[in-house]
This record gives sequence, structure tokens and C-alpha cells, in this order.
Amino acid sequence: MTGMEAGLLLQLGLGALAVVTALTAAPSLRSRAGGILCALIAVTGFLTGLGAMLGGTGSLRISITLPMDPLVLAPDRLGGLFMLIVSGVGILVSLYSMSSTRGPDASRTAWVAMPMFLVGMQLVPAATDSVSFLLAWEIMTLGSTLLLLADHASRTRVASAGIWYSAMSQLSFFFILAGFAVLAAASGGTSFSSLQAIEPGPANVAFVLFLLGFGGKAELVPLHVWVPRVLPEAPSHVSAAMSGAMVKIGVYGGLLVCVRLLPDGPAWWGIAIMVVGGASALYGILQASVSSDLKVLLAYSTTENMGLVFLGLGASMLLRGYDAQAAADAALVAALLLAVSHAAFKSTLFLGAGAIIHATGERNLDRLGGLGARMPVTATAFGIASLGAAAIPITSGFVAEWMLLQSLIHGGRLDGAVVSVAASVAMPVAVAVVALTAGLALLTFVKAYGIAFLARPRSIEAADAREVPPLMQLSLALGALFVLALGLLPGPIAALVAHTVSPNPDAAVQSVGLGGVSLPGIGAVLDPIMLVVLSALVAIPVIVSIIVSARRYPHRTVELPWGGGGSRARPRMQYTATSYAEPLMRVFDDVLKPSRDVQVTHVAESRYLVERVRVEQRVSDVFETRLYRPVLNLIQRYGIVVRHVANGSIHRYLSYSFVALLIVLIVVSL
Amino acid sequence: MNAIIIAFVQVVLFIFLAPVLIGVIRQVRATIEGRAGVGIWQPWRDVRKLLAKNPVRATDSSWMLRAGPVALVVSSLLLCVLLPLVGTIPFALVPSDLFVIVSVMLIGVVALALVGLDGGTAFGGMGSSRHMTVAALVEPTLLLSIYAFSIPAGTSTLSVIVETRLLSPEVIISPVSVLALVALSIAIMAETARLPIDNPGTHLEVTMLHEAMILEASGRDLAWLEVGSWLKLAALLGLVSNLAVPWGIVTDFSAIGLAVGVVSITVKVLLLGVLLSVGEVFLAKVRLFQVPELLAGSFALAFLAVTASYLVA
Repeated sequence: MTGMEAGLLLQLGLGALAVVTALTAAPSLRSRAGGILCALIAVTGFLTGLGAMLGGTGSLRISITLPMDPLVLAPDRLGGLFMLIVSGVGILVSLYSMSSTRGPDASRTAWVAMPMFLVGMQLVPAATDSVSFLLAWEIMTLGSTLLLLADHASRTRVASAGIWYSAMSQLSFFFILAGFAVLAAASGGTSFSSLQAIEPGPANVAFVLFLLGFGGKAELVPLHVWVPRVLPEAPSHVSAAMSGAMVKIGVYGGLLVCVRLLPDGPAWWGIAIMVVGGASALYGILQASVSSDLKVLLAYSTTENMGLVFLGLGASMLLRGYDAQAAADAALVAALLLAVSHAAFKSTLFLGAGAIIHATGERNLDRLGGLGARMPVTATAFGIASLGAAAIPITSGFVAEWMLLQSLIHGGRLDGAVVSVAASVAMPVAVAVVALTAGLALLTFVKAYGIAFLARPRSIEAADAREVPPLMQLSLALGALFVLALGLLPGPIAALVAHTVSPNPDAAVQSVGLGGVSLPGIGAVLDPIMLVVLSALVAIPVIVSIIVSARRYPHRTVELPWGGGGSRARPRMQYTATSYAEPLMRVFDDVLKPSRDVQVTHVAESRYLVERVRVEQRVSDVFETRLYRPVLNLIQRYGIVVRHVANGSIHRYLSYSFVALLIVLIVVSL
Repeated sequence: MNAIIIAFVQVVLFIFLAPVLIGVIRQVRATIEGRAGVGIWQPWRDVRKLLAKNPVRATDSSWMLRAGPVALVVSSLLLCVLLPLVGTIPFALVPSDLFVIVSVMLIGVVALALVGLDGGTAFGGMGSSRHMTVAALVEPTLLLSIYAFSIPAGTSTLSVIVETRLLSPEVIISPVSVLALVALSIAIMAETARLPIDNPGTHLEVTMLHEAMILEASGRDLAWLEVGSWLKLAALLGLVSNLAVPWGIVTDFSAIGLAVGVVSITVKVLLLGVLLSVGEVFLAKVRLFQVPELLAGSFALAFLAVTASYLVA
């Protein structure tokens, strides 16, 4: 038995043990025991994934009595990378949940579901045939649904989110199942190696089905409607696992299709993925930038990030078709780096949001403020992760986005000649989309961090906030550390990632200098550590001069220095998240279509004097109101009609069966 | 080694040049408007005065008020290090990649926006919100004009782009390059809070962007915020001038060449400052909600530049 086999087996064993422990342990011990076991599952997955990524082999065969190929779990390098991503997030989430869960979040069901969710996620990338892939996929979906529903009894919105989530998950599952069925029918096998060679006709059908299925899991427009409902309503550690890890399984599915199963698609496949990815990126970040609910903001930003990942994936497919190999490889590695860095920063951000909710009970940014002084560790971790999300240098997000932009600007040309008209239009559009997305992400995360952690508290709850327990701080700090490490040492990481997808990794990405990254085919170099050294050199004189003058001219602290010219500037006069995004809301009025409701109450004596003004503004999801609502209304109307047919009368049902029997007999006798 | 010397010269030069540039811009404007003006050394005197004052801070303000100005100055100084202003000799591991340069500039943008929010007043938030909205909308123009510049040179490394232009000057007056340069200039005016996007000489709440964010800062906090913004303006004007008129920049290291480089960039930046100032006399600030239209226009120019350079080639 190799180490890999032991790792796979151990994950299953620990998963079973965790389920049994959750069922039998006393309520006071449940969170602690469950958290430790889940962390062990994640650590095992992490080591197994690392082994697979470095080229280790080993497989777990599960024999079944059905007449088909046996189920085989044997992660390859790419699968190993994704096992690494999901189990890395799993470690953070398990540590965090040991002290964050209480009440319904720590129920027996929730702790049974947690190991299922983790094991399911870790085994999807290990599957080498469609049956075990779908099996692990369903375990993952079931586990996450149960976790989401933990608090359904006390909050009605959780129940509604649960219905949306189940429906959309099953829709995704249906598309993926159909995609595999098409491939299996055309090729006559279920294992990935036999699914590969097929005709263009079924390949096109399978591609569209897979794009719909995996796109739904990866929160791409227009299948993202579950995201703004589910991620905010789930407990924060579950949102972190869903957004940081589960969504990456959707990305893995996309890569499985584009890199392994159907690698040589026509040009329109790449363009289709780019269009879907670009639309998701723009729509997601626009919604995120105008949202005042911290978790809704993070949920929509997930759609944005996954959009960028798929944009890179599509660009890579398109460019590979035109033999622009260097740019194609760089785009693919950029997409993978985006996925890795998103796992790090988004899970930290969701855990940070959980810490804010833990401390204040609020997730509405308009009622937060001044938390930086009250929760320093959370503030630092959230700040670093926000920089990652805004793609600011020396964080992981920056390197990934830089690589994506480099591959895009070098994609339009090959050896001085234009590769194709399609690429020379697609690349500028893609650069513009990435740029606008990056700009809006900057605003979004300045808003999220600045409004929540700086300035004065906007509510009593925020003023009374206290730092969260040490274990939660630890996992937040670990997450922030990942974000920085990925940003400071992109070279070795990018080189490792390139080995998982590229046939010729050294030509695509190399590590140079102190952890710097170079793209030899494109001729671009980036060394974040050197950038840090340079900025330290220019910063030292400035800081020294500040320290010297701070000695000679110490600062004075007053309650409110100028207050914008007023003497009674109260905390609620500060800008809120809603007002912060107001200019943007006006600029993008046509896309977001906010609904505003202004009610003016006049003083009884005179219509010229106003007693009270009440303004309500809501931004609904355009896709939900325009695309899903009509369909749902249609189904509901059908349901109302059908209700008359089935009104509960036993006589009526007996006569239905009698008529049915008659029809059957008539048909048979014909 | 040569790269280090050039970077050092650029930093020192621009620390002296930036306040003078602001002084020149203000003095030219005053002269044209028929006022006497305060002379070109006033920014220097302002900074000296502010550095010798005890800063006043609010009880609720956080470390951001202290760190923000430093971050802004460091980001602007990094621009002076990385941009090819005096010479085009880049660092081996940190070349003057335009995408990196834009991101370094964004560090300063974010720092300033957070300082604005940290004050805890309506003004700071308002300025910060408007500033970030403009920054977000400028980003596509910036990156697309970089894309357009990168196509003839085959790389986004600025020193190579400038050298390409030096070797084949016909690139500079090609329509593609002119379009891209106009788009970049509009983007830079928006980034540095100049007319017609922001009015640097006003303290009226309806017009403020930059001033609103630094309203609560005082003493050395304010001094460093001002110096950071001035440095950024000077460095970006240097970038535009070297793209438009690259002659005089050092490509092979020598002492005489260095002196020529220093003189030429000083002259170019100050001339561009005078031009900017003269232009601003004839411009009024546009409404905040017309800024997107202006930026959409510049975006269209940059997009045309990119697609045209593919079609021409």
C-alpha cells in the first residue's frame, strides 16, 4: 500500500469515525471532537493531495456488484491540486468551527453533515470514472445542504435558501449526469480514460451540458441565483467552506472537461466560456459593490472571482486552438492561481464576516464601524484578505491577475502576426472586463474594510464588540498568512501549478530570484519580494523622519478635530456603505435597476414642513426577476390548476386508477 | 548597479521637483488670471510649516491615519523608482512593467481612500466614495492604453516601450499611439485629481474629491499626504512626457548622459506642468455624474487604439 492509498483510505475511515462520533458524543463535547476529527480529515486530504500533485501514484478500487467498471479513486496531479485547495480550506474551517459553532449550528445533524461535506469535496477530484465522480459529488451536495439547513427552525430565510440551493444543486447535477451520459453513450465506457475519444456532434452537446452543470456549481451567471441567498444564510464557517472550497470543485469540473475529456474543442467553446466568465465577473462585482450586507457582498464577489477564473480558462482554450501555446499556458496557470488565491482570501473573508457576526450580531455594514480598534486580529486578517480580493501587490490576488493580464495582452499576436480576428477582438474586450472588474473590486473592498473597521461605530452593538476566541483568531491569522505567502512566493507555487496542467511546464512558468515568477514564453517577470525590498528602502527615510518629528511635535488627541466644519457631527452622520456606493449605483443604474421608495410625512399644520422622510432602496437580482420568476410563476400556475385535479377525494383517485387500468387494457388489446 | 544609481537619482530629483512643479502650476494659473501669485516656492514653505506642527487627531481615528500617509508616499516614491524618468535601465527582477506600476499606484489610491473614511465624518466618506468611483471607472482606460502601448514593443515593460519609441520615432506620431496617449492622459488627470474631474483649488463640498479626504488630517499627516499626491502627479507627468517626447532619456549609463537625463526630464515635466496649468484655466470642472461620460470617451479611444493596431499590423 502506497502513502496515497493509505491517505485515501484514511479519509474514508476518519469520515466514518467523525459521523459516529457526532451521533454518539455528548453535546458539550460534540463541537470539539467533531472539529478535531474534521481537521484530521482535512490534513489527511492535504497530504494526499500534495502527494498526488508531486506525482505520487496509488489508487483505491471499490468493487461493486453492478455490471460496470469498478469505482477507482486515483487522483492525478490536477486532482491533487484541487484536493489541496479544498482540504486547505477544510483545515481553516474545522479549526474555526470548533469554537464558533453554538446552538443549532452545533447540532448532531450539523456535525454529521460536516465530515460528509469535507470527504465528499476531497474525493471528487480523486475520482477517475464518472460514477464515483457523481457519487462523491452527491455526498458533497448532501452534506452542504444539511449544514445550510442547520438553523432552519428559527430563521425562515434559511428554509427558503435551502429550497433554492437544493433545486439549483440538483439542476447542476442533472446537467452533469446528462453530460456524462452523452459521453458514455458515444464512447461506451464510464472511466475518464475511455470517455475521451468521441465525435464532434456528441462532444458539442456534452460540452454545453457540462458548462451548464459545472457553471452552476461555480456560481456563474445566470445559474448564480442561489449564491446571494445561500452563502449569506449559511453559518459563516459553512459559507467559507462553500465559497472557498466547494465552488472550486465546479472549477475542477470545468478543467476536467476542457483539459482532459474534451481538450480539442472548436473556437466557439473558448469564446462561450469567456463570455460566460466575463459576464459573471462584471455582474458579480457590480452587485457586490452596491451591497451593504457584508455576506451578500462576499457572495457576489465569489461569482466575480469565478467569472475571472473561467475567463482565463476560456482564453486559454481559444489561444491553444490558434497555437499561441505560451499565452495559452500562462492563461491556464493564471486561472488556477486565481482559484488557489480565491480559496485563501475568500475563506478568510467569510470567516472574518463570521467573527464580526459573532462579536456584534450584525452583518449589515451600515450598522458597523470602528471595529479595527476593538477586534485587532480580525481587522488585520480581514484587511489582508481584502487586499487579496482587490488584487493589490504582494497578495495572492495580484499575482494571479497580473498573469492573466499578461497572457491576454500577448494572446492576440504570435511572432508579430495577428493570430485571428476572433482573438484580436476577444483579447481587448477581455482586458477591459478584467480592468473594470478589478477597479470595482477595489471600491468594493475599500468599502467593506473601511466602513466596518474604520471610523466611528454606527451602532451600540458595534461599539460593544469584543475580539473573538483564540481558536477563531488562529484560523483567521492562518488564512491571512496563506494570502501573503501565495503573494510573496508566486514562483515556486506557479511552477508547481503549471506541472498539473501543462505538458511542457518549464516553458510556461519558471521560478526566478527570491520566489519570483517569470513567464519565459511571454517575457514577463515579477518578483514581489524585490518589490518589498525596494519599497522598504524608500519607506525607511520617510518613517525615520516621522519618528523624529513625532518626538519633537507629539500629536494631540481631541474628540473631533474638525468634524467637517460642524461641532455636532454624530456617528450616524458618517458615510455608510449604502451612501458609499451611491455614485456607482447612479452610474450603473441601467444594469442594476434599483427600486426606490421615498415616503415623506408632512407636519400636520403645514405641507411645507417635513416631519419625517423614509427612503427605502432595494437592488434585486436582474436574472432572478427576469429569468427565474416567470418560469417559477408558470410552474406555480400549473400547480394551482393541477390542484383541482387532485383535491384529496378518495373516490376521485379510485376512479382515476380505474380509468387508467381501462386505458392500459385497451392499449394492450390493440 | 546602474539601475540603482538611476533609481536613486530619480527619487531625489522628484522629491525636489514635485513641490516646484506644483508651485509652477499654481503660479502660471495666477499670472494668467491676473493675480500676483505666491511664487513657485510656496509648496516647499507649506510642507516645512506643516511638518513643524503638532498634528491633531480624533480619539476614534485608528492607525490608518498614521499609516495611510506613509503608504501613499511610499507608493508615489515607488513610482519614481520604477518609471523610466531619467533613464531606461530597469531592475532585472522588477522591470518597469506597466501593470505592476498601475497596481503600485493603486496602493496609494486605496491608502488615501481609507484615510478619508477613518476621519469618521461625512466629508471624508463622501470624498473617499467619489475618489474610489472615479478610480474604478478609470481602470479600464488605463489598462487598455497600456495594452495599446505594449503592442508595437511586444511587451508591457515601460523601459522597452520608451526605447522602441526612441529607435523608431514614427511610432510616436502614428494614429494608434496618439489615441492611446490621449486616453492615458485623460486617465492620469482623473487619477491625480486635476480639472476637469476634480478642482484642486476648491473647498466647496459639491466639487470636492481629493480635498474632502484630507480635510481631517493636520500637521505632518497632512504634509505627507500632500507630498505623496504631488509626487504622484510629477511622476505620471514624467511618464506622459517620456512617452510623447522620449529624447534625452539615458539608455546607456554615463555621467554626462545622466546629467542630460536629469535636465531633460526636469524641463519636460515643468513644461508639461505649464501646459496643464494653461489648459486648466480654460476648463471648468464637470459634474460628478458627467465624469463617467468623459471616461467612457477615453475608454473608447483606448479601445480603438488597441483594435486599430491589430488591424494595421
